[in-house]
Amino acid sequence: MPLVVENLNHIYMKGGPYETQALHDVSFTIRDGEFVGLIGHTGSGKSTLVQHLNGLLQPDSGRVLVDGTDLADKTADRKQIRCKVGLVFQYAENQLFEETVEKDIAFGPKNLGLDAAEVDRRVREAMRQVALDYETISQKSVFELSGGQMRRAAIAGVLAMKPSVLVLDEPCAGLDPHGREEILGLIKRLHTESGATIVMVSHSMDDVAQLAERVLVMEKGRLVMDGTPEEVFTRGEELRSMGLDVPQVVQLCEQLRARGYEIPERIYRMEDIREILLKILKKGEHHAQ
Amino acid sequence: MAEQRMDEDRILATDVTYRYPDAERNAVDQVSMRVKRGEFLAILGHNGSGKSTLAKLFNALYVPESGTVLMCGMDTRDDELVFEIRQNAGMVFQNPDNQIVATIVEEDVAFGLENNGVPPAEIRVRIDEALKIVNMSEYARKAPHMLSGGQKQRVAIAGVLAMKPKVIVLDESTAMLDPSGRAEVMNTVHRLNRDEGISIVIITHYMSEAATADYVIVMDDGKIRLTGTPRKVFSDVETVRSLGLDVPPMTGLAHDLRHAGIDIRPDVLTVEEMVEEVCRLS
Amino acid sequence: MLNDITLGQYFPGTSPIHRMDPRMKLILTIIYIVGVFLVKSFAGYAVAFLFLYLIVRIAEIPFKYLIKGVKPLRFIIIFTFLLNLFFLTGETPLLDIGPVHLTREALFNAVYFSLRLVFLVMGTSVLTLTTSPVQLTDALERLLHPLQRFHFPAHELAMMMTIALRFIPTLLDETDKIQKAQMARGADFESGNLIQRAKAMIPLLVPLFVSSFRRANDLAMAMEARCYRGGDHRTRLRELRYTRLDAVAAVVMCGFIVVIILEGRIFG
Repeated sequence: MPLVVENLNHIYMKGGPYETQALHDVSFTIRDGEFVGLIGHTGSGKSTLVQHLNGLLQPDSGRVLVDGTDLADKTADRKQIRCKVGLVFQYAENQLFEETVEKDIAFGPKNLGLDAAEVDRRVREAMRQVALDYETISQKSVFELSGGQMRRAAIAGVLAMKPSVLVLDEPCAGLDPHGREEILGLIKRLHTESGATIVMVSHSMDDVAQLAERVLVMEKGRLVMDGTPEEVFTRGEELRSMGLDVPQVVQLCEQLRARGYEIPERIYRMEDIREILLKILKKGEHHAQ
Repeated sequence: MAEQRMDEDRILATDVTYRYPDAERNAVDQVSMRVKRGEFLAILGHNGSGKSTLAKLFNALYVPESGTVLMCGMDTRDDELVFEIRQNAGMVFQNPDNQIVATIVEEDVAFGLENNGVPPAEIRVRIDEALKIVNMSEYARKAPHMLSGGQKQRVAIAGVLAMKPKVIVLDESTAMLDPSGRAEVMNTVHRLNRDEGISIVIITHYMSEAATADYVIVMDDGKIRLTGTPRKVFSDVETVRSLGLDVPPMTGLAHDLRHAGIDIRPDVLTVEEMVEEVCRLS
Repeated sequence: MLNDITLGQYFPGTSPIHRMDPRMKLILTIIYIVGVFLVKSFAGYAVAFLFLYLIVRIAEIPFKYLIKGVKPLRFIIIFTFLLNLFFLTGETPLLDIGPVHLTREALFNAVYFSLRLVFLVMGTSVLTLTTSPVQLTDALERLLHPLQRFHFPAHELAMMMTIALRFIPTLLDETDKIQKAQMARGADFESGNLIQRAKAMIPLLVPLFVSSFRRANDLAMAMEARCYRGGDHRTRLRELRYTRLDAVAAVVMCGFIVVIILEGRIFG
């Protein structure tokens, strides 16, 4: 159990006139090797929740356990714990600051107090994971990179800490379709090849539908849904009432069912609907002939 | 003033070339295009394809090295006309935080009018009107940093609208917004296009937004590669993908089905159209 | 969550003081400060205090806000007090222990000069508490406008102030984000000696600098696109107008100055 969240409550500006409860009694467990999509409208508490996962924010009550250690535990080495949950912020390229790509990625491992050989090993490994070529890119200035490359360098900077859980907040925000594809591809590879445990915060239901094995939905500081994408995305009406979209594939299934087609429940991936439509339409052709 | 004809050109670019100082290649290369009165154009292209540079040539932020850009008939190379051109061609940028100048919403909306020396009483009338059109009247006295991204962009649109422009150019103005913010902005510009007859040019990475335009231009390497209605452009799935772009999910699905031997229309854009096609074929 | 930090110390309200023309408030604040400098005795300070108290009551501001304004400057005030107390000489000894010589005159001066500082701060506090930064900027631009004839950049100065005010919350927000992002990479901003701490700021300052630069670039482009061309021939949405209220305030302030001058004659 790399990540356990128990009855988490967080209140902003406690006691002040603007007091707001950002998190209400949030509980969930993330198992080893899971790929979790976290969705919710802006202001639903997603970002607050994410910042609790590595102790950047402290809960008002409840607790977060990472690999069995309570984040609030005063005796534990805060830096070590903080790095067990790697957090990639929105527009992560804004945090790049070193002269070279290599130095920037090495920032985290160095803070962990690792020796030079290990730091170097981790930098190379992280660059390979995000598909940045070490030979040609490591000595470049971070500001010479393209937008997509900067984003990947920033992700490498977090990966180099070897976190047991990787949390990505809107990893594709602001990128062009090609850049989006690259990032989604590398996240998918991290999960399938290295078995990384991943939490991805996203506004794009289509992205979540394609990647996640489990979906958490936040609304007004509460965790309102927690289940497989099939379970969550079939609750289309509820999602829409929260101002969230439904993946287009799910919309298509809903509308086809309304027209009397027999579409199995719990279809949300493009590949699946394609097969089903092929069956329906191939049959149609036979009838016609 | 002469009566305005419906086919009147708002933007007319002829063989426009632009190169950034010290750059090796032309950012915009021999581009010719036009936007007519009341038209809604979407410009697509991967990062660095030259689409934002093209947009900045429309309102004389950049001036073509060769070729001409006529904005409402005014040549952007004419220094005398610069401010009239910018008043006619409003521009909304990508980052909502980096284009709001004043510390109070209504003062920001007034910024352009103040620059143009419009009398205070007239400014008052115009900003109230503009804020009403974008549904931000109740935020007139608020500080911009308290607003959501979508609201900030609507304030920016109001600031442009108060200038009574004939064209509004949105340079990736939805890129940093969440889905509801994007919807706010897109609904607003469609309403302006429909009700006020303002020509709209959007530059976007979202294929779903481009699908709602009258025309689409796809740029690559500073040149126009594809042009036509969204239906026509997106049905050329292979070319669009080869240019580093995507097609709307349903268009992609139709493409795959055609590959598997189904005789489905290649230019399906929306879920509704896909449903109709499935009904027709089975 | 830095959104709720109010800028400056503006205390919104609709009192006559709030409604005054900000130019008049600015001018009268300067006159009040001059008045405080003319004070010769503690009786004069009593008058200055009563006057200030009256204004604060009219403005409907809790008096503790004035005290709050003095707080950040307490070290300077205490320093002034001690400096005057120990380094001024006088004729009437009060205390004489070892190397410490205190005189009556030195004590008087110490209290007198520190009080002057206190009144200076409290007087300007009334201005900033009742006038929003936007109004202040407006007032400054228009009061300095005549100096533009001598190439004084009044408009540019005001524009810079406006932009600074506009971007402070944005940059605070950004600082918070970058700081958290670097902490997530194990950066430590809290421990170590002075040099280590200064070095630890680099991962925060470099990104902040880069982003400020980008923002400045974007903003310049956006301002240009909206026909910005400097201060010439520019009109303003809000015009400032002097009203009867301002006339009344000016007369009252004249009364205060006369009293202070008389006090100087009598007690000085």
